[in-house]
Amino acid sequence: MTTPAIEINGLTKRYGSLTALDDISLSVNTGEMFGLIGPDGAGKSSLYRILATLMAPDSGSASVLGLDTVKDYRALRLRIGYMPERFSLYPDMTVMENLHFFASLFGVKIEDNYDLIAPFFGQLEKFPDRMAGKLSGGMKQKLALSCALIHRPDILLLDEPTTGVDAVSRSEFWDMLATLRQKEITILVSTSYMDEATRCGRIAMMDRGHILRVGTPDALAAGLGENLYNAVSADMFGLLSALRKLPEVSDCYTFGATLHVVGSDRFDSAEAERRLRREGIADARIYPAKGNIEDLFIKLAGNE
Amino acid sequence: MNEDNYAISVRGLTKRFGSFTAVDHISFDVGRGEIFGFLGANGAGKTTAMRMLCGLSRPTAGAGTVAGCDINTQSEMIKRRIGYMSQKFSLYEGLTVTENLRLFATIYGMSDRAIREQSNRVFSLLDMDNMRDTLVKDIPVGWKQKLAFASATIHRPDIVFLDEPTGGVDPVTRRKFWELIYRVSSEGMTVFVTTHYLDEAEYCNRVSIMVDGRITALDTPEALKSEYHADTMDQVFRIVARQATRGE
Repeated sequence: MTTPAIEINGLTKRYGSLTALDDISLSVNTGEMFGLIGPDGAGKSSLYRILATLMAPDSGSASVLGLDTVKDYRALRLRIGYMPERFSLYPDMTVMENLHFFASLFGVKIEDNYDLIAPFFGQLEKFPDRMAGKLSGGMKQKLALSCALIHRPDILLLDEPTTGVDAVSRSEFWDMLATLRQKEITILVSTSYMDEATRCGRIAMMDRGHILRVGTPDALAAGLGENLYNAVSADMFGLLSALRKLPEVSDCYTFGATLHVVGSDRFDSAEAERRLRREGIADARIYPAKGNIEDLFIKLAGNE
Repeated sequence: MNEDNYAISVRGLTKRFGSFTAVDHISFDVGRGEIFGFLGANGAGKTTAMRMLCGLSRPTAGAGTVAGCDINTQSEMIKRRIGYMSQKFSLYEGLTVTENLRLFATIYGMSDRAIREQSNRVFSLLDMDNMRDTLVKDIPVGWKQKLAFASATIHRPDIVFLDEPTGGVDPVTRRKFWELIYRVSSEGMTVFVTTHYLDEAEYCNRVSIMVDGRITALDTPEALKSEYHADTMDQVFRIVARQATRGE
């Protein structure tokens, strides 16, 4: 087995009385596309900042590409590409100026690694002189990724790269990430879109400084172990509040065109439909559902 | 239907910037109390259209009313009758929860007494009573989102415009926010909302999809799914948005 791309042992980070990361350990393999999911305050961005050598942990250690994030930060910085959550380019510099700037920081020429950024940067070449601040959301994201890749890093750290990006552009972005994986670049990516999480090889679900689960999307969804059903009616929000009142319903939440119902051991869908009819929801239909990462997220993060 | 029954009614609304037509003759009506989903890819013209509807940008051509006011001649009146919440939440981080709410209420010209009453109503509606004196920078994102919504609706507007209110927000917090949307809509407020989470499009009464500055699709989620032979609004969006030719 090769060295892991990321090795985290007992990592802890506190801000005053708040423990952002609480003794976490994690290993990410070389060439892996690894996803991080979790609600606000889970510790994802703190973890990114430590891995990007921008912040030191209070205790524990993290190594990236075999280099310690504290002791070896200078050597490590040359080999990672980091795209923070907030747009971090210079808004009053043009597209080309931003790219040249990042290339010169790392002492490389744009031509050297152009093949790597071509799938992203291709669409930006049409307006090289536009100010970065004047680009649309999707274009800013492509420029930020190009700048993070221009020195051909071995690992990419992407903190919520697709927030505010439409569904079609998001799919294209993930298709492009897949091409980077073929070049053996390890990718650590966080997201609030669960459809994106299922495109990762493995996922870690974080909450309040802890890692709650690690596994492939399929294994995590299979481990849900829930009595899960779809429920539909013409009056979805009426149905939602009626279902929440049933004692054998452990949880009920909107799930696109249907509701998802988590039943207790005593839950019986035919009986629940009868009870709803008595409540005046005559058209309620309840049938088995297949859970996914979003259900797992709600189960783990919803129980506050 | 009488025009008074519409919260929004526009015809041929157009906005050009030089030779570029950002919004190209859009026409639609939004009923009072409706939850109207305003979808489109990045660069389709949603933000420009929304700015015209909110009275922030003058249309190059077209006519219509928002909250009963003419969009060409009564933009100041429109601003007073609507609420607007942006994805960036636009709150003052260095002020407390109460101070933020009070600031927005004062801008809307509410009296001290009305502010007190509405603040109490809002805090209990949002379950934020114990957060009143906390600085906004110290509250979690889910609360910021609720506070931004409260600030946009403290003056009880006829319509609230929500511009990607759930962007970057986790699945649990997003769902709580949509239950809030349903609550205010059931009380009669019209909700005009944009989102990139297509499961949320299913929760709207009607949905429009903009492509290259035009409204290409507009109907209930059920009708759109049947029209495009799709199982989900995600599929509908992908089919419609891929017709775009002008890019971002």
